[in-house]
Amino acid sequence: MRLPKCAVALICAALAAQSPKYGVGRAPAAEEIRAMDLSILPDGTGLPEGRGTVAEGRDVYARRCARCHGANGEGGDEPKQAPLVGGRGSLKTPKPLKTIGSYWPYAPTIWDYVNRAMPLDRPGTLTHDQVYSLVAFLLHMNGIIGENDVLDAKTLPKIRMPNRDGFVPDTRPDTGKQAKKPAVKTSGS
Amino acid sequence: MAGWSTRRRFVETTAALSGLLAGCKRQTSAGVEEGPRRIGKPLRPYGERSEFEKAARALPTTKILEVGSSFTPLAETPGIITPSALHYERLHSGVPTIDPAEHRLLIHGMVDRPLIFTMDDLRRLPSVSRICFIECAGNSHLGYGRRDSPTVQLSHGLVSCSEWTGVRLGLLLSEADVQKSAKWILAEGADACKMQRSIPIEKAMDDILVAYGQNGEALRPEQGYPLRLVIPGWEGNANVKWLRRLKVVDQPYMTRDETSKYTDSMPDGTAREFTFAMEAKSVVTFPSGGQKLPGPGFFEITGLAWSGRGRIERVEISTDSGTWQDADLSEPRLPMAFTRFRLGWRWDGREVTVQSRAIDESGYVQPSHEELVAVRGANYEYHNNGIRVWKVNVDGTVTDAAA
Repeated sequence: MRLPKCAVALICAALAAQSPKYGVGRAPAAEEIRAMDLSILPDGTGLPEGRGTVAEGRDVYARRCARCHGANGEGGDEPKQAPLVGGRGSLKTPKPLKTIGSYWPYAPTIWDYVNRAMPLDRPGTLTHDQVYSLVAFLLHMNGIIGENDVLDAKTLPKIRMPNRDGFVPDTRPDTGKQAKKPAVKTSGS
Repeated sequence: MAGWSTRRRFVETTAALSGLLAGCKRQTSAGVEEGPRRIGKPLRPYGERSEFEKAARALPTTKILEVGSSFTPLAETPGIITPSALHYERLHSGVPTIDPAEHRLLIHGMVDRPLIFTMDDLRRLPSVSRICFIECAGNSHLGYGRRDSPTVQLSHGLVSCSEWTGVRLGLLLSEADVQKSAKWILAEGADACKMQRSIPIEKAMDDILVAYGQNGEALRPEQGYPLRLVIPGWEGNANVKWLRRLKVVDQPYMTRDETSKYTDSMPDGTAREFTFAMEAKSVVTFPSGGQKLPGPGFFEITGLAWSGRGRIERVEISTDSGTWQDADLSEPRLPMAFTRFRLGWRWDGREVTVQSRAIDESGYVQPSHEELVAVRGANYEYHNNGIRVWKVNVDGTVTDAAA
């Protein structure tokens, strides 16, 4: 019996690969991986289909988010939840206000977090369109996109967040004899 | 059954007898009852502590208790092991209820052999146990600016130490055959928010545990039952609980908990990211805030020291705001674990300050609050390992010296 060339190549590749030492566990089906693999890179890789507008987002926000985050994203009193809007220019001041607008470095990961963890009492219940809409509303409230911008898997990664370059590597230890110089901000990193 | 009914009769008879005789008991001078005595409680399948012991985690005062932290009562946990029931909690989306028979761990991404493991699979593999601390990056977070935690439980209680048992993550990754270009892993929990953190592949191959055991039993539900990461020496948040998925990747995913949270704000407006290691730290747990010394005389100063960069080499104690003397370090003295320190001390009744500083095997010296703030400013928030100073007042009460 003659094997097709591609089959021979596959067998050779399989033999060349390191064999498992214990052989415990099993190979997952592709569908099993797909079912669990919601992972969204900061460049937007992994964002699903769907679209959202600021207007729709305003509506979803009022119904699902405002109770904790305040009517305009200013943060709630009790239960006290994160403010989502404002704080631009405050990071160097004695009272920095960290919000999506002032601190969050990548737009696609806002989509990921809202989709993953919000609303607090029923995470995972928003539709993809609703999540795109909420992100649009929040970015608009932070003055980052316009009233009529539409967000989807193509447009969301193109948004450059104001604090994109605000993060530096860990240079501890930073005290005592071993202290290293603090890292300086490098643009475009 | 005959044995059981006989035993029941014995217990009932004894109970009736001791009830009859209860009025007759007398006390000896040492306080021990003499004469007929009440029989104690029966055998039981799962033990509980004495009804007289009240040590408990401190809960936040917020209405929502599915998110946030509870604090270990460090002044009430002798030795170096934190009882599992008192291990601090940090929840982002509540404690999920997971049937271990249904739980799976998926390893995929940049591997030649994606794998799914059941809990039974994982228990077949070579296991390791090690004692190590887990400390929330936000432990002592009020310390940079406001310093208003009145007790060591509230100022330092987001750290605990357990013996963890599981499989080396490096073993599982080798089974999956990690590709050469892989640089990070993305770990994901099975809690409602499916929390994710990115971890460098070097650490993953080095000493990370995929743990199912804690202090001689299965993980507690709030500690990640049935499976979690234990990352010796690294900030608690990266020790993903209810672990369900590991994706091998070539870059960090910059998830919410490694950008918006757990990053450290510097005075120039930048923020340090991926500040994983918890640096050497110690705190005196006796005498500490909220306690009261009954009067002058002998006491043992004691506390805990730990470092995410290895063993504790030395702990020094000062009771006069100036000179330092070495405390005794109790064995075992393990890397990335609590080390218990002790020092005999005679209190003369005057107002004094008591503080400790740790030195780890890298030579790193735990800094003062002032040293930290000088470099990091008051808004750093996380990774506060500054020295804590307690003040013993003339009436014996102990308070935060900085308050």
